[in-house]
Amino acid sequence: MVDTLRLTAEEARALLERRELSAAELRHAYRDAIDARDAELHCYLTLVDDAEGEGVPIALKDVIGTKGVRTTAGSKILDDYVPVYDSTVASRCKAAGLSLLGKTNTDEFAMGSSTENSAYGPTRNPWDPERVPGGSGGGSAAAVTAGLAPWALGSDTGGSIKQPAALCGNVGLRPTYGTVSRYGIVAFASSLDQVGPVTKTVRDNALLYGIISGRDECDSTTVDVPPVELPEAEDLNGVRIGVPKELNEAEGIEPGVAEAVRRAIDLAAELGAEVGECSLPRSVDYGMPCYYLIAPAEASSNLARYDGVRYGLRVEADNYYELVSRTRDAGFGDEPKRRIMLGTYALSAGYYEAFYGQAQKVRTIIAREHAEAFERFDVLASPTSPTVAFRLGEKTANPVAMYLSDLLTIPSCMAGLPGLSIPCGLSEGLPVGLQLIGPQFAENTLFRVGHALERAIGFDTVPERLRS
Amino acid sequence: MAISKNDVLHVAALARLDLTEDEVVRLEEQLNAILEAVSKVSELDLEDVPPTSHPLDVVNAFGADEPRASLQLDDVFANAPAHDDNLFRVPPSG
Repeated sequence: MVDTLRLTAEEARALLERRELSAAELRHAYRDAIDARDAELHCYLTLVDDAEGEGVPIALKDVIGTKGVRTTAGSKILDDYVPVYDSTVASRCKAAGLSLLGKTNTDEFAMGSSTENSAYGPTRNPWDPERVPGGSGGGSAAAVTAGLAPWALGSDTGGSIKQPAALCGNVGLRPTYGTVSRYGIVAFASSLDQVGPVTKTVRDNALLYGIISGRDECDSTTVDVPPVELPEAEDLNGVRIGVPKELNEAEGIEPGVAEAVRRAIDLAAELGAEVGECSLPRSVDYGMPCYYLIAPAEASSNLARYDGVRYGLRVEADNYYELVSRTRDAGFGDEPKRRIMLGTYALSAGYYEAFYGQAQKVRTIIAREHAEAFERFDVLASPTSPTVAFRLGEKTANPVAMYLSDLLTIPSCMAGLPGLSIPCGLSEGLPVGLQLIGPQFAENTLFRVGHALERAIGFDTVPERLRS
Repeated sequence: MAISKNDVLHVAALARLDLTEDEVVRLEEQLNAILEAVSKVSELDLEDVPPTSHPLDVVNAFGADEPRASLQLDDVFANAPAHDDNLFRVPPSG
């Protein structure tokens, strides 16, 4: 009997290699867990019955294009869209033998921080079903925590991998911009979008990152990536950890979250790390406004393709322009519309320089502030999310309050930096995420620090209510 | 810098969104709240700062100029709402 709640992908792989379990038996165990728990949690939008692959199964966020398997991006406008080609990450997973369990729920077009913007209804947090799993990749994060997938892929524009990992108590990596191909991914904001792994352990995360990363000729933003080192060391000797004041003292950080993060940083010092304070004076205050100009501007352009002509929903009309406008109004939910409107406004004549142009300059400032911090430190540490998982419906009526969920993840995303979130404790019985940020291409350092801390913290990733 | 109802309608036309009357009212209020928050970027004097459009210092990505098979027409039209032979079908624009 496989306990999918506890089995790591690395352990699953070892069971398969030792032939103690067949790939079919392993898939069945996850399908049984899905049958038992997904009616409550709603992690999956589409399940795959007959997938190829004799390796460890995987779940993919539904913005990741999968040949022959419906890919909705959480939107009604792509309700019956079945890709005719695989995204590069889906092909790499297939080439590594990973079999597709299904496609996971997401805020529509990955726009949101709670999965409540999914056109198919929200995912619920396995720690407390009355609370959100975070977003946009709440389906992937909740599935891994609830034992409905050994590991999963998410996508991250301003925090959509790290923030759900924090709220669900697992490990999420947003890799350096350019390390993982976006070919075949539903585009949101192309100067920010990255695909990355969601796992139970840091070692699983490194394994999966090794499978999906690397240059891809189908995505000209990708580059060669340093070989992935599976972390072994349990000490942090020689590692310099910076604690940015603004990321750790921002308004809205819950005391229980700050406390758990502080304990983890103290633990890092006990493991041998050199810990010091630093400052990112403008990155936090101006990061959120910068992001909410640049990301919607790029989204308004990327989402122009949904016109009811080549694929996706069509609302018929006698005139082409009416067909396009009616299709888009009927097919997009509130959040994509809000962002398309905001982005179109920010790019329109008379406002371009004041909004989009100025935001691009702020982006330079944010990158410079981080580069300066990395002259003294190898890694920066902070909470991933200012709060633990919040209640369903708590922030849906107030877009600005929802946007603040990503206050601490956004700045490093703007600078194209990698970030790892690991669980570092509980506050009010709910998981708290520790965010570790590195310089570009420093994934191996993040894995090393994350692994050593994970061992020392000893966080139990299985939600109390699911422990038997 | 407040957004008026006319601004909402103008932007909606640019973005090809046939908004309902309710949506126009709601978006006017929400966009004003969001714009107030994001307008913070204008507080900074950044005249001498260059813009960042891409987070990596990469210029040009060259690949071999070799012809490859593209999608088959059946695949191209597999998700099309309407098509005639090898053309997407839409109503007239006039």
